[in-house]
Amino acid sequence: MEGDKGDTRATSASTSAARISLDEVRHVARLARLDLTDGEIETLQGELSALLDHVDKVRLLDTADVPPTAHPLPLRNVLRDDAPRPGLERALVLAAAPAVEGDLFLVPSILGEAP
Amino acid sequence: MSPRVGGTGGAPKDVPELVLDRGVRAIAAAVRSGEVTALSVVEEALRRVGQQDDDLHCFNLLTPDAAREAASKVDGAVARGSDPGPLAGVPVALKDNLCTKGVATTCSSKILAGWQPPYDATVVTRLREAGAIAVGKTNLDEFAMGSSTENSAFGATHNPWDLTRVPGGSSGGTSAAVAAGLVATGLGSDTGGSIRQPASLCGVVGIKPTYGLVSRYGLIAFASSLDQIGTFAINVGDAAATLEVIAGHDAADSTSLDRPPPSLLEGLESGVEGLRVGLIGDFLGDVARSCSRAADDAGEALAKAGAKVEQVSIPEMLLGLPAYYIIAPAEASSNLARYDGVRYGLRVDGPDVETMNARTRAEGFGPEVRRRIMIGTYALSAGYYDAYYGQALKARTLVIRAFEAAYERFDVLLSPTTPSAAFKLGAKTANPIEMYLSDLCTIPSNLSGHPAVSVPFALDHEGLPVGVQVLAPALGEALMLRVAATIEAAAPPEARGPAPFTSLGTEGEVRRA
Repeated sequence: MEGDKGDTRATSASTSAARISLDEVRHVARLARLDLTDGEIETLQGELSALLDHVDKVRLLDTADVPPTAHPLPLRNVLRDDAPRPGLERALVLAAAPAVEGDLFLVPSILGEAP
Repeated sequence: MSPRVGGTGGAPKDVPELVLDRGVRAIAAAVRSGEVTALSVVEEALRRVGQQDDDLHCFNLLTPDAAREAASKVDGAVARGSDPGPLAGVPVALKDNLCTKGVATTCSSKILAGWQPPYDATVVTRLREAGAIAVGKTNLDEFAMGSSTENSAFGATHNPWDLTRVPGGSSGGTSAAVAAGLVATGLGSDTGGSIRQPASLCGVVGIKPTYGLVSRYGLIAFASSLDQIGTFAINVGDAAATLEVIAGHDAADSTSLDRPPPSLLEGLESGVEGLRVGLIGDFLGDVARSCSRAADDAGEALAKAGAKVEQVSIPEMLLGLPAYYIIAPAEASSNLARYDGVRYGLRVDGPDVETMNARTRAEGFGPEVRRRIMIGTYALSAGYYDAYYGQALKARTLVIRAFEAAYERFDVLLSPTTPSAAFKLGAKTANPIEMYLSDLCTIPSNLSGHPAVSVPFALDHEGLPVGVQVLAPALGEALMLRVAATIEAAAPPEARGPAPFTSLGTEGEVRRA
């Protein structure tokens, strides 16, 4: 079977296919809220592994004294006056929703049955 | 469809030049002076769209009634003697990731099919107030993720220079519409090259401004620290004129620069005497000969015009692509988390909300979007955050520092825009990474937030357009566009749009006019 989480090179013919395990792909799909089929998971394993190979030089960079840059502008706490302003037109917002009850977005159950 | 002979005029040789082909500034002048009505210009644009868009598929949606109404308003203002705006009567195309109130905005994704935003993007409002006439929403790679417009959920756009080829992406629809002469100008967005690359592949000008120069309010976010809205036109001056209208601080976008925008048209024709130009050599190994030669030739043209042109090596440029393909998907995974079937867009039902989210997203997102969400989520997940995302942000610092060092020695930099001219539809869809390599030359300036522009300069051995890229330091648009205008003046006219008209013969072969 494919390697466990963290075991990257043991089992496959090419290093590409082994960079990320099927379990990891499933885990990431859960985090990303993507309901993928087994076939899609397998394809993604190959694609993500290839991409991870491609970006590996970034992972391996010596960046001991280099600070990270998350954003090109040196922005901090851009604030506006604490004064009320009109928001979006509620009717338009609700009209775009898949399901509505009164003024509320309607969704299937959030919490499971009580134990 | 009748063929028409192309070249810089765009109109058939035996018919007087149509106002639509005069370009943004000349159209506005003609409308403002009363020489022509805005309505007549818009009708010509709509006629061309009707004639060509079945073959090109530039548009996801046309808004002819609203366009005619807006044109009539402009004509009314002119008749009354009030100011109709600096872009009066100019037909414009809007990339379909820009929110247009009450008008479907899809990002070329199933997950937003039919969604009508409850507000206009700031750039849309500014164009309207300037008197420009939006003709419709253009096709893109889904959520702006791609370099060919083939990732659109609604079908690819075709390159007007050769219908069997891609227009580039992700702003392929706008680029093709401008290249085909359907509209005078258009808006796109550029996160890793999505304006400049399609501009290069379609023989038109595409500008990515300094990060923060143009408000992103109403631009559906892909990667918030990289996205910028920019402009397309046939020539540099017209692209600059449109950019001037949309640029400037917006309180609704906290990342927009809170200072007066630079004048973009002033001094455009002042030339390049004494300017220091650095020709970036680091992409040579990965770029087709026609593209690197175009950059060399553009450098020579600048030298002839009095600039001091030197080769420069900036090896950190090559860190750009791998860093980008961690940072952009990471930011995208966060930005696209909102598409959950709850408040807007597609919903695929499920027994509980989490299942509903997961089924909606799996069905609503195409393969490239899912791929990027997955790699982004992985790069941000516990155990991998520092190794990938953390490192990528440090690589970004190295790229920025390298640019800053280069701009100590040079006023502007020059490089190819793309590794190749337009490729055939389907040529790069089998291997995502091959597609990603299209952004090699454009990505670094998204990471740095610096402005860059693609200027059409040559045709390759197959007669396909090749652009060159001018890069400048932050808020260096005026200088950058001056250099671009000089390059443009030296370019052979046949290398620049509008595209010669092409149409598929009855047997499906491509026939050139």
